[in-house]
Amino acid sequence: MRQYFGRKLLVYGLTFFVAVTINWMVPRFMPGDPVSSMVARAGVSNPGAVETMRTYYTNLFGFDQPLWKQYANFWAALFQGDFGISIWVFPTPVSEVIMGAVPYTLGLMIPSVLLSWVVGNWAGAFAARRRLLDNTVLPVGYVLTAMPYMWLAVLLAWGLGVVAGVFPVAGGYSFSLQPSLSVEFVADLLHHWVLPFLSLFLVALGGWAIGMRNMIIYELESDYSNYLSALGAPQRLIRRYAFRNAVLPQITGLALQLGVLVAGALVTEIVFSYPGLGSLILKAIQNQDFFLLQGTFMFIVLGVLIANFIIDIVYVVVDPRTRAGMAGAQA
Amino acid sequence: MTAIQETPAQDVAAGAGVRREALYFAVRNGKLLVGFGIAFLLFLLGFAGPLVLDAVDPNAYGTKPMSPPSGEHWFGTTTFGQDVFSQFVYGLQTTFIVGALGGGIAAVIAMAVGFTAGYRGGLVDEILNMFTNIVLVIPTLAVLLIINAYLGVRSVPAQALFIGLTSWPWAARAIRAQTFSLRTRDFVALARLSGSSTRKIIMREIAPNMSSYLFMMFILLFGGSILIASSLDFIGLGPTEGISLGLMLQNANQWSAMQLGMWWWFLPPGAGITAIVGALYVANVGLDEVFNPKLRET
Amino acid sequence: MSLRVSELRVYYRTLKGDVKALDDVSFTMRDGEILGLAGESGCGKTTLGKSLIRMDGRMRHMGGTVELDGRELPIGDDRRMNEFRFHEVSLIPQYSMSAMNPTRKIGKMVGELLGSRGVALDRAELESRLDLVELPRKVLDNYPIELSGGMKQRMVMVISTLLNPSLLIADEVTSALDVSTQKAVAKALIGFRDAGFVKSMIFVTHDLALTSHIADTIMVMYAGKLAEKAPAKVMVTAPRHPYTKLLINSLPEVGVRHADKKLSGIAGSPPSLLDPPAGCRFRARCPVAGDECGQEPPVVEVEPDHFVACWKA
Repeated sequence: MRQYFGRKLLVYGLTFFVAVTINWMVPRFMPGDPVSSMVARAGVSNPGAVETMRTYYTNLFGFDQPLWKQYANFWAALFQGDFGISIWVFPTPVSEVIMGAVPYTLGLMIPSVLLSWVVGNWAGAFAARRRLLDNTVLPVGYVLTAMPYMWLAVLLAWGLGVVAGVFPVAGGYSFSLQPSLSVEFVADLLHHWVLPFLSLFLVALGGWAIGMRNMIIYELESDYSNYLSALGAPQRLIRRYAFRNAVLPQITGLALQLGVLVAGALVTEIVFSYPGLGSLILKAIQNQDFFLLQGTFMFIVLGVLIANFIIDIVYVVVDPRTRAGMAGAQA
Repeated sequence: MTAIQETPAQDVAAGAGVRREALYFAVRNGKLLVGFGIAFLLFLLGFAGPLVLDAVDPNAYGTKPMSPPSGEHWFGTTTFGQDVFSQFVYGLQTTFIVGALGGGIAAVIAMAVGFTAGYRGGLVDEILNMFTNIVLVIPTLAVLLIINAYLGVRSVPAQALFIGLTSWPWAARAIRAQTFSLRTRDFVALARLSGSSTRKIIMREIAPNMSSYLFMMFILLFGGSILIASSLDFIGLGPTEGISLGLMLQNANQWSAMQLGMWWWFLPPGAGITAIVGALYVANVGLDEVFNPKLRET
Repeated sequence: MSLRVSELRVYYRTLKGDVKALDDVSFTMRDGEILGLAGESGCGKTTLGKSLIRMDGRMRHMGGTVELDGRELPIGDDRRMNEFRFHEVSLIPQYSMSAMNPTRKIGKMVGELLGSRGVALDRAELESRLDLVELPRKVLDNYPIELSGGMKQRMVMVISTLLNPSLLIADEVTSALDVSTQKAVAKALIGFRDAGFVKSMIFVTHDLALTSHIADTIMVMYAGKLAEKAPAKVMVTAPRHPYTKLLINSLPEVGVRHADKKLSGIAGSPPSLLDPPAGCRFRARCPVAGDECGQEPPVVEVEPDHFVACWKA
């Protein structure tokens, strides 16, 4: 068990290291002087701050110092939670800007990812080897999974928002409201949450349903299924075993899909101007706010790594074989 | 298990027989035909369409902005009077190029890493595996965001290159596992005994034995590249020159096509992407059924 | 008579037409008999074994009957056959190594399997049978992955015979094992019969030498048909069918150095079962074939319990 987690943590540690290094290196590969190009673009909107910005960023990059020291400083700043100052909303610290957006992204992603996984697995397992259902679930699943996330988001926003007028199509809550814990605000928040959630949920759903269907068919062809059939066990028992075994690769699949799911959430947020990390990234790109972009990048990497680790733990809990193997009970 | 094992006297022409059987099922597999059919039609539209269209520049501003589909503008026009159909046709082209380039680069890397790790094993495998896992865990889009934003590489080939460089890990893992199981087979051992080089063994003995698998993998990488590229375009990191389906969606979103009710602006590009990727996925299922007798419907 | 198979025909549906894997096969088995079923791959022995318990999707029952303890088995009807499976007919599959659900503890899986067949698990009985095959009782709390190959094989043997079936089909159970384990498995199978856990047994194998040690009777099949069936000793010492003679001759004898006596395979290969030739199917490879072999030879009882399908026998 220790070895298993040790290995995983090593991979995650290395990944984090690589991500930080990329984050440090890329600006230094940028053609020209990053500081002036950044300040120049930002300066248009806020002339007074230009000088402050220039000194601040020159110090921050520390171009006068040797490279290794720049690199060490970068790590030191990171561990103090210092991601620099945002240009877009100067002079708010990047970490503060990000912290304001993270709850929205998590609130959107966690329910949609978990629900689509559960419902998708269920639908796929149910449809497998039942011709009529299979012929519906499969095509629908493929269309959903082939859709770009933002397109389904646009379709939903247009159909249910603009045309039908049932749901709002922009923002995390109405502009007329101030964030508070009142019933009115929470209801408004949920109202704005429905469409982005639905859009993320639906696209991801297709992939899980197809994956589960294929896994179940594979399991139903397996030796243990054939043995049970030969001993006259009812389909119910065989399917139950097959489902249980097919869920395991789907858990691994969830870990593999995390990157895609994050990307989907980002573009969906952009469509709905939902105030999460996706909209932040868009703002950062439009305003050439590289510190904000880099900070967001670090947050996403960290989030994905943590999620991966949680999935690893779940996998060990669910798959008895990993535990049996780890206990060293191999006969 | 299968009828082939139960029917003797087939071993002489077994190889040719399997191939003939695959072809037999291929031309009768609805999923395969419909999938490749749709993908091929869109491909034709993308590459033959520009030759027929009179518009040279799909981004040229026109005189009739915001007009719905008509005989003159089949898919209507944008806020700037650009012809949506021309953009769609050129966008299809870009999309296929990104898919082929990105998917191709990813497939080459995946094969290099997967074959080497699976065939060599040992320390090489350990290191490559670690490397694969790192690239696998890192959220690709986020890395692409940083690189694209800073370096400002905004051409279609550059975009495809970066997508290819980041989307190979799952395929490499799959190839590694397959190679691992082929490595111990008799014909590979024979080739090794007869002194063939590693490269030769992989190219002549291992790769051909999983060619169908490699082809299906390429199709998935192709579709994946298209989807990633469209996301990048949509965020605003697409090519600065020309047009792509993702860029069309971005423009439509940026200029509030949805709020203005200009459905003809945002429907075609998304439908185009969905059709290409979906058709390829469905064709892939068909291929799987052709190569994998157990999945055939009886 | 425990088992009576009459004129059984089972075909495989393929693109090119029906593969006549089992073409008019008849034989009987006594109570307590172990029947060794041998032949080259593709002779129909596996098809016969499968037909008696569960046909796969491509197999079609084209005619003939199977009677077990006086009741007809509905072998072509997957659903009606369920009643007989496990209780009356059971199987030790070729794939014993992977026959158990990898994510269930073995004891729990057995309990669930029995429960699904409406039988309560008799833990004491199960444990006594584990003792018999020298498996520690704690394997019931293990996952299959924790058992060695030989242990899995024995575990599957115990599970398959738990309901004391009348007929047990052991399908190539020894082919994946090393020689010493093969002996142990064979011994255990005989022990099961002697203890009354199974009434009779069909031991499907391509290993004629091993078969002769455990079987009472040996049946050799060729190209979907019965070639010869005789008591094991007679089959080894005095075979009548030219095919069987060649098979027996090709067995290495203990104590004979191969340099002294060349191992002889049988030249040629069996005919295609898609469209088998008329007459004796072994004719093309037969060293003694004559004109009469253009007619199909009937199965004749040349001496008590010794059946041969050959004009020259």
